[in-house]
Amino acid sequence: MPKILRPLDVYKHLPGTNCGKCGETSCMAFASKLIERKVTSQQCTPLYEEPKYSEKLQKLLETIRPPIKEVWIGVEPNILKIGGKEVLYRHELTWRNQTAIIIDIHDEMPPEEIKKRVELVNNFKFIRIGKELTLDGIAIRCVSENPEKYAKTTAEIMEKTNKPIILCSLDSNILEEALIIANKRKPLIYTATKQNWKEIGELASKYKCPVAVTAENPATLKSLSATLNKNYNVDDIVLDPQIKIGNIAETLSTITAIRRAAIEKEEKELGYPIMTAPAAIWSIEEGDENDKKTLESVIASNLISRFTDLIILHTTDTWTLIPIVVWRDCIYTDPRFPPGVKPGLYEIGKPNEYSPVLVTSNFALTYHLVRDDVEKAGINAYLIIIDTEATSLQSSVAGRKIDEGKIVEAIREVKIGEKTKVKALILPGYAARLAGGVEDALMGDGWTIFVGPRDSGEIGAFYEKVFKPWLEEKLAKEKK
Amino acid sequence: MKEGEGRKTVFDILKMISESKELELEDVVVDAEELTLELSTTPAGKPEYLKLTLEPITPGAQKIEFLVETTPYGVRLVAPTVPVPPAIPIEKPKEFIELKFEYPVVEYPGRIVEIVLGATREQGGTRGKIIKIGGDKSPPFYLFESKPVNRPVVALDVFDTPPPLAGPVKRAYQDVLQDPAEWARKCINTYNADLISLHLVSTDPLGEDKPVKEALKTVENVLQAVDIPIIIGGSGNPQKDVELFTQASEVFAGERLVMASITLDMNIPKVVEPIRKYEHNAIALAFMDINQAKELSRKILDAGLPKDHLILDPTTGALGYGIEYTYSTMERIRLSALMGEETLQVPLSCAATNAWAAREAWMKIDEWGPRELRGPLYEATTALVGLLAGANLFMMMHPLAMKIVKSFAEAMIREEKKEEKPYLNWIKTKF
Repeated sequence: MPKILRPLDVYKHLPGTNCGKCGETSCMAFASKLIERKVTSQQCTPLYEEPKYSEKLQKLLETIRPPIKEVWIGVEPNILKIGGKEVLYRHELTWRNQTAIIIDIHDEMPPEEIKKRVELVNNFKFIRIGKELTLDGIAIRCVSENPEKYAKTTAEIMEKTNKPIILCSLDSNILEEALIIANKRKPLIYTATKQNWKEIGELASKYKCPVAVTAENPATLKSLSATLNKNYNVDDIVLDPQIKIGNIAETLSTITAIRRAAIEKEEKELGYPIMTAPAAIWSIEEGDENDKKTLESVIASNLISRFTDLIILHTTDTWTLIPIVVWRDCIYTDPRFPPGVKPGLYEIGKPNEYSPVLVTSNFALTYHLVRDDVEKAGINAYLIIIDTEATSLQSSVAGRKIDEGKIVEAIREVKIGEKTKVKALILPGYAARLAGGVEDALMGDGWTIFVGPRDSGEIGAFYEKVFKPWLEEKLAKEKK
Repeated sequence: MKEGEGRKTVFDILKMISESKELELEDVVVDAEELTLELSTTPAGKPEYLKLTLEPITPGAQKIEFLVETTPYGVRLVAPTVPVPPAIPIEKPKEFIELKFEYPVVEYPGRIVEIVLGATREQGGTRGKIIKIGGDKSPPFYLFESKPVNRPVVALDVFDTPPPLAGPVKRAYQDVLQDPAEWARKCINTYNADLISLHLVSTDPLGEDKPVKEALKTVENVLQAVDIPIIIGGSGNPQKDVELFTQASEVFAGERLVMASITLDMNIPKVVEPIRKYEHNAIALAFMDINQAKELSRKILDAGLPKDHLILDPTTGALGYGIEYTYSTMERIRLSALMGEETLQVPLSCAATNAWAAREAWMKIDEWGPRELRGPLYEATTALVGLLAGANLFMMMHPLAMKIVKSFAEAMIREEKKEEKPYLNWIKTKF
C-alpha cells in the first residue's frame, strides 16, 4: 500500500511556532506544502539552525522520505530530480518526477558532433497540449582513457549548457580529473562497481555528488548501495541494474523485482532511483542503424513503463524521440481524470453567418489540436464540443460516447442555428458513419452535412477544396 | 638531548631552561604521580607566557598542553590553551557489505484462463494450426514469479473494404488491398503474422450495408487462403453485428473463430447463444473502465459463454491520445483478476492499430522524421504499452511494428539466455 502522509504526520515534527520564516502563514500550511513537495524542509530554517530541534529534524526527514529516495542532480535553477516515488502502480497515485532522458556524448566525438548534441539537448522541444516536452541532460563518456582530454571535453560541454551532467567512467582518476572542474555542478558520478567501489565512494564523499552503483544482479546492487551508504555516508545513490538487450524481458523483470522490494518490502538499500542506458545497444548489436534506433526507442518506452527514473540514450532522431517523450508525458499524468474541456460552443477566429460549424470530442488534446489547426488554416468557424467523457474522437465513436443523437442534441442546445445562415456542419472523418443519421435529423432544418478529414491537420485543404466552392455556389444561386 | 652527550643533571636542565625561551625535551620520561613546577614572577612590564606540553608515551593517551602566564603579580594557569584536539578516529577498514536479495514473490489466488483459437480437422475445424493464449499466473514481465504459459500473439488486420489507410501501411499492402484472401495470405506468408483479424466493415448499415451472406463468403475465402485461426470483426453496429456473429457461428461451426466484439449495448443473451452453441470465442469490448469490463463480462458469462471462450478488450487509445487510460485499466484488470476477480480472469486484447489515428504516426512532417520509420515505431510503442499492461492478443497493421512486438513477446517465454557482450562496455566504446 502507498505510504500516504497527512499534514498532521508532518506537523508534529515541525517547531509549531508559526514563525513564518518559511513564508507560510502557519506550520500546518507548511506541512501541507511539504507533503505536496511544493516546499523543501530546508525552508524551515529554525529546524536546521536551532539545536533544540535537532531531534525533530531527524524525525521529520525520516517521515517525509518516500520509499524511493528523491535524488537531485545538478544545481539551481537546473536541478534534475529523479525518484521520489511512493507507489508501484500508476493507478494508485500519480507518479512523481518524470523519467529523465539523458543524451550521451563521448570525448572522442568530433567537436562539431559534440556541439550538435549539446544543442539538441538544449533546444529539443515537442509540443503536446500546449506543453513543451524536452530532454534533461548529458552523459559524458570517457572513451579516450585520457583524464585530461576527458576533463577538457567536460569543461567544453559545461560551457555550452546548464543542463545537468553525468560523468561516465569506471576509472576514478579519470572521474576525479573531471570532478575537479565539474563538482560545483553536482554531476552524477557513474559508476561504482564491485571492483572500484572504494575509489568511487571516496569521490562521492569528497565532492558531495550523487553517485550511481551498478551490478548484474539485484543482490550485488543492493550490497553496493549498502556499502557506499555505510562506509562513506553517501545517500544520493542511483541504481543501474544493467539492461540486457538480448534478454530484455529479464531486464524488465529484474527492475520490477527491485522496485517492488523497495516499495512493498521496504528494503532501504534498494529505495533509490533506478537508471539504465538503452544506449548500450550501440556497443552490443550489429546491423542496420535504423533497426538499432527503433529498438533503442521501444526499449526506452518499456523502461518508462517499468519504473525507470533515468535513461541514457544515444539516438537523437526526432522520430525515435517522439514516442518516448509522448509516452513519458502520458504515464506521468493524474491517473484518475482524463483531461477534458467544457462541452459547448466555441468560436475560432471571428465566425459569421457564412462560417462552417465543426464538431468534435471534449478530450483536451483533441480540442487543442482542432483549434490550432483551424486557426493555422486561417478559417473562422464555430466549434461545438460534445461531451464524450473526455475520450478522443476515434475512441468515442468506437465506444459510442458520441452518436447521431448526441450531435443533434448539442446542435440544438447551443442554438447555433440562430447564428448561421448557411447551416453547414462539418463532421470529423472518424464520425463519418454518423453522417447519415445526423443528416436525417437536421435536413428538415436546412442543414448541409459534410464529412471532413479524419485529422484536423487537413482541414485547410478541405476548406479550400470542398467547403469554399460549395459556399460560393450556394451564394451565387441565392443571388439569382 | 642528543644521544652520546651523557646524562645531564637536573641542574644542567635548569640551567638550560633559564638560558632559552623554548625547550624541548625528547626521550625524557617523567614518571611521576604529581609534577610540581615552580615558576617565578616576571620582574616587570608585560606578562610572559610559558607553553608546557606533556606528550604521553602510551599510545592513544591524550596530549596535554598548558599555557602559563607569568606577570609581576603572580603566575596563573590559562590552560588548557588549545582545545584538546579530538582523538583522530582510527580509520576503520572499508568493507564490502555482502547482502542477499530475495525476490518479492506474491502468491496470487487467481489465474487467467487459457483460450484456444482455431480448431484442426481432428478438433472439428479446418485449421492447420491452432493458437493458445492466456493461462497467466502473474502480471506480465514478473518472470521471477512465473513465465507466461503462452506467448502473446499478434493478428494483422485485413479489411473487406479498405478504409483510408496511412501511407506506410498502404505501401505494405497495396498489391492486395482489393482481395481480402490475398491480403490475409500476405500477412501470414510474407509477414509471418500469428493470425488474422478480418474486419467486415462492408456490413455497416451506415456504410455500404452489404448483406451478411456476402460477408460470410469473404470469411470462407480467407479461411481457405490461410490455415491459421481468424478473428471476425463486425462493423460496430450493435444490431447488424449480432446478425453477423449469429450466422457466422452457424456457418463456421467448429472453427473456433473469435467474434469481435460484444458490447454492452447489444442484446447479449441473443448474441452469446450461437457463439456458445457452436463453440466459438468472443471478445468483449468495454470502454477504458474496469467496472464496465466487469459488468459486460458478467453479462456474457451469465448468458452462458464459458469463461475459457472469452477475451476482454478494454479499448486501446493511440499513444498520446488516451493510451494511459488503456494502460491503467488493463493493469488494474489483470491485477484484480489475479487477486481473485472471476469476471476478469480472461485474456486481454489490444487494438494497437488505433495508433495510426495519431498524426505523430502518419502525418508527413519533415521535421518529425520519415514516417516510414516513425509510423511503425509509433504503432509498436502503442502495442508494447499494452504488452506491459497484460495484453495477450494484439491487432496490428504494420508488418515492422508487428515484428517488434513479436520479438518482445518471444523474449517473455524464451528459456535459454542469450549470450551478449558485457553491458558496461557501453561506457568506453566508441559509437
